[in-house]
Amino acid sequence: MQHKSKMAGADGDDSLYPIAVLIDELRNEDVQLRLNSIKKLSTIALALGVERTRTELLPFLTDTIYDEDEVLLALAEQLGNFTMLVGGPEYVHCLLPPLESLATVEETVVRDKAVESLRKISQEHSPVDLEVHFEPLVKRLASGDWFTSRTSACGLFSVCYPRVSSTVKAEIRQHFRTLCSDDTPMVRRAAASKLGEFAKVLELDYVKSDIISLFTALASDEQDSVRLLAVEACVSIATLLPQEDLETLVMPTLRQAAEDKSWRVRYMVADKFSELQKAVGPEITKNDLVPAFQNLLKDCEAEVRAAAANKVKEFCENLPEDSRETIIMTHILPCVKELVSDTNQHVKSALASVIMGLSTILGKDNTVEHLLPLFLAQLKDECPEVRLNIISNLDCVNEVIGIRQLSQSLLPAIVELAEDAKWRVRLAIIEYMPLLAGQLGVEFFDEKLNTLCMAWLIDHVYAIREAATCNLMKLVEKFGAEWAQNTIVPKVLGMANDPNYLHRMTTLFCINALSEVCGQDITTKQMLPVVLKMSNDQVANVRFNVAKSLQKIGPVLDSNALQTEVKPVLEKLDTDTDMDVKYFAQEAISGKYTTLSIFFLYEVASLGPRSLLVVLVLCQTHRSTMCPAECVSQCER
Amino acid sequence: METTKLPPTSPSSPTTGFSVPSAEKVDGFPRRSMRRARQRRSHSSSQFRYQSSQVELTPLPLLKDAPVAELHNLFCKKLQQCCVLFDFLDCVADLKGKEIKRAALNELVESVATSRGVLIEPLYPEAIKMISVNIFRTLPPSENPEFDPEEDEPTLEASWPHLQLVYEFFLRFLESPDFQPSMAKRYVDQKFVLQLLELFDSEDPREREYLKTILHRVYGKLLGLRAYIRKQINNIFLRFIYETEHFNGVAELLEILGSIINGFALPLKSEHKQFLVRVLIPLHTAKSLSIFHAQLAYCVVQFMEKDATVTEYIIRGLLKYWPKTCTQKEVMFLGEIEEILDVIEPSQFIRVQEPLFKQITACISSPHFQVAERALYFWNNEYILSLIEENSQVILPLVFTTLYRVSKEHWNQTIVSLIYNVLKTFMEMNSKLFDDLTASYKVDKQKELKRERERAELWRGLEEQKERRLQTLGETSRNQKNLQERGEPPQPSSPQTTLPKQPDLKPSGPSSTT
Repeated sequence: MQHKSKMAGADGDDSLYPIAVLIDELRNEDVQLRLNSIKKLSTIALALGVERTRTELLPFLTDTIYDEDEVLLALAEQLGNFTMLVGGPEYVHCLLPPLESLATVEETVVRDKAVESLRKISQEHSPVDLEVHFEPLVKRLASGDWFTSRTSACGLFSVCYPRVSSTVKAEIRQHFRTLCSDDTPMVRRAAASKLGEFAKVLELDYVKSDIISLFTALASDEQDSVRLLAVEACVSIATLLPQEDLETLVMPTLRQAAEDKSWRVRYMVADKFSELQKAVGPEITKNDLVPAFQNLLKDCEAEVRAAAANKVKEFCENLPEDSRETIIMTHILPCVKELVSDTNQHVKSALASVIMGLSTILGKDNTVEHLLPLFLAQLKDECPEVRLNIISNLDCVNEVIGIRQLSQSLLPAIVELAEDAKWRVRLAIIEYMPLLAGQLGVEFFDEKLNTLCMAWLIDHVYAIREAATCNLMKLVEKFGAEWAQNTIVPKVLGMANDPNYLHRMTTLFCINALSEVCGQDITTKQMLPVVLKMSNDQVANVRFNVAKSLQKIGPVLDSNALQTEVKPVLEKLDTDTDMDVKYFAQEAISGKYTTLSIFFLYEVASLGPRSLLVVLVLCQTHRSTMCPAECVSQCER
Repeated sequence: METTKLPPTSPSSPTTGFSVPSAEKVDGFPRRSMRRARQRRSHSSSQFRYQSSQVELTPLPLLKDAPVAELHNLFCKKLQQCCVLFDFLDCVADLKGKEIKRAALNELVESVATSRGVLIEPLYPEAIKMISVNIFRTLPPSENPEFDPEEDEPTLEASWPHLQLVYEFFLRFLESPDFQPSMAKRYVDQKFVLQLLELFDSEDPREREYLKTILHRVYGKLLGLRAYIRKQINNIFLRFIYETEHFNGVAELLEILGSIINGFALPLKSEHKQFLVRVLIPLHTAKSLSIFHAQLAYCVVQFMEKDATVTEYIIRGLLKYWPKTCTQKEVMFLGEIEEILDVIEPSQFIRVQEPLFKQITACISSPHFQVAERALYFWNNEYILSLIEENSQVILPLVFTTLYRVSKEHWNQTIVSLIYNVLKTFMEMNSKLFDDLTASYKVDKQKELKRERERAELWRGLEEQKERRLQTLGETSRNQKNLQERGEPPQPSSPQTTLPKQPDLKPSGPSSTT
């Protein structure tokens, strides 16, 4: 019984914190402080204990919900995790009143969060509590007189429907029906966006009798913002219905949506096309969706065409296998050909991002005959994004016909992109270099692309030089250390004597990136001497980058090189006149203690008071991990 | 409501002072429209797509030459002719047809504007049909998805040469002395108005200007539609505020509302108050406030002038939505507050002075000098100064500490000298209180620090207690588990039964069991 008295003790010190003090915190004049208090509401609740949270804190919160939206948002979120703090599932319904008020406020983010929390705690209600407490709340919200509460109600039907009795179910269906024909478009939009979700929890008979009529009504709403949401619901509904009912119940509406007079609705159809295709199955796809898709690809608004163009590959992939090739060749490909010379660059670039995928579907011969001319045309497109999208998807074609077919056209395109005036374009093409190199092979690369890769190292934009060094590392990963030694390492090291200090620094950055992939031998024999030599550079930025490089390549070097070559240079840099050089030299020295022997550390520590300080700081931060005890004792002296 | 600020005739030469660019200014943007035409040349507009096979137009006799008996028939034929739509993105297509339609529209405008007795009942459905066919269309997607009305040039409507004449005709039609609302209301119905309102989203300022005048006339003449129009405008605003944050015609709609509010009967209906509190005030939260702030502030002040009792809602609403980070908006809010204070009743002022001056004080201590300056300018306003003087007993203690502190700390010399002036004014107003406050400044500061320490103490205590409690709960559940393992039932009376799932609490605090 000992624990019992302990609990009583814990309860006893509640009196330390009268609710008034805590409530004062929640009412603080400063919004930021109020927000902080609300975010720690669980602490307050815990201090009060479950009973007083229920009887004092929650009523206070319910009564005083008029605050900054940010505070309300935090409150709505907190209350979703409060079940245990009010005493577990059997009391969870105590949380409903404040959340109900929050679900009626104007600000959408607050309301959405309140609904999210309500959905969460609905799962913690027992079926009885759900009917006694939760469902009445949903009904109240659904018949609220301002649109906000009715909007919130739309998101709550589906969570309580599966767990209530059939009478209550009928009421819920009735409420949902009412909201679908609500006076305000905001509510109809909310209802339309939850239609699919609600359909999923309904019994199939009610889907057919109730949902279909609601769906049809929403899909022909006077506002296009409502109609387009019905398209989303269409996917869920079509998935639920048996195949034989689709034609009569769903298709008339879907056909109408695909030809809606508002481009927003047509856009939505195009955007959801793959989902729709899967939901209606192969037969309807063949008869209905193929012509609809053709129309969307030829739509008068570029937005719609671009959305449809994005779906070309997926649509073709999911066509029934028996007729796939015929459909593509006779119906889809002619539209695709037109899109290649579309007037809108977004349409072209959307197409370019998927068109290569068609080659795997159509096979070698068709690709060579029909697709290759399109790829080549897009590789010459005036818009760099189109060319980039083609190049970035080369792997698909490579599998089918090999990249050689394209290489003659590829090269000019790559060269042009590599020299594009926009650095973001150059950056993008650099990122595809390793992939291209892999597919084109080492000879082609050495012959045609190597110079480009080296030219990027002296680009005037830092981001390009940085990407170029990273690119070199990836190339070495692909082609191996030996290739590196013969082709790129000499060129990189040659830049160490460049009159431009930025180029000299690029050498260091390259070494940082390459040392690990090139291995100890190349690093010690070829790179290290260059780095060490550069420690005498007259530009301080170069010198402190030497320190950084030494720290970076340290792990690759053997301990002998570290002791005899690196250490003296770092010590010299530690006495540099420039503050930053010193700083990074010390960083490098201290960063080494993990790789070097304890003795080295001892030596550094004995160099003088400043170095000792460095080691001391280091030991403190790493004490728990690996700093040896001897070292600590040395430092403590 | 007929006290209108809108131009009496055609808006093609706008006289209103608001920010809608004039037609001349619009014509100064040839590059954009050229680029647009080039980009989209081969695509017909959304509207054009639904035109069935193209009809060849043949010129009809002139209206002015027609014998009286033939006039109505010919008028009707011309209306039907004008229902044919043309592709304006292809500027060379069907030039002859375009010219015939343009001439016909010109004649129709002329005829409706000048001759009497033309508008007879059978023409109403034909006229409204012609207007609907021409103006109602799904607006195309914006060329620039991040269209910023302040920075970017608007996309102009390609078919404007015809569209303008159709709008002109519609306007003349509504303004004609022969116009009979009782006949028109059968055709200008709710559905028609809804589509008209959707057009306010047009990016073309010339079109919005026409729409504004037209909607205003419709509101004035068709009384049965008034409530519906107000409700739909509400819906547009609510969608703008809470859903899309995008609607090009907010300023124009507010301008119409400005004159509608002016005409509200007293006492204000609750519907109108609700509109103020739930729509107009939240409109202040919009990102693009600067585009329609002048019109919005005008509406707000109109409400106050109608009924002073709404003052408190307005001020508290503005304080609730006070910009947190956008100083540009803060300056606009301060401007609006000054407009409000200019017409506030002293009895209403007393009700809001405390929260209001807390906010003004916060603005004075803003590091952004324009915000501080705008707030300090209030003291240059004689009426506001008189209100402050009457209530100096309340206001001075609210602002004193901040003024005193900021006068010592602000980086901007103009602000510092403005604050000195304000302090001087206060000293003259109420020297006794001023001296008291100066004397107690240090003590108050100490008190504040103490309160701060107490808060920190409280929270430390709370956190400690939280950990203690979590630990206790952990032990309890362990004991409970031990008891169960020994086969004994848990103590039914012990408090742990109210917390059956202790381990679940773990994520909310430091680990409890170790």
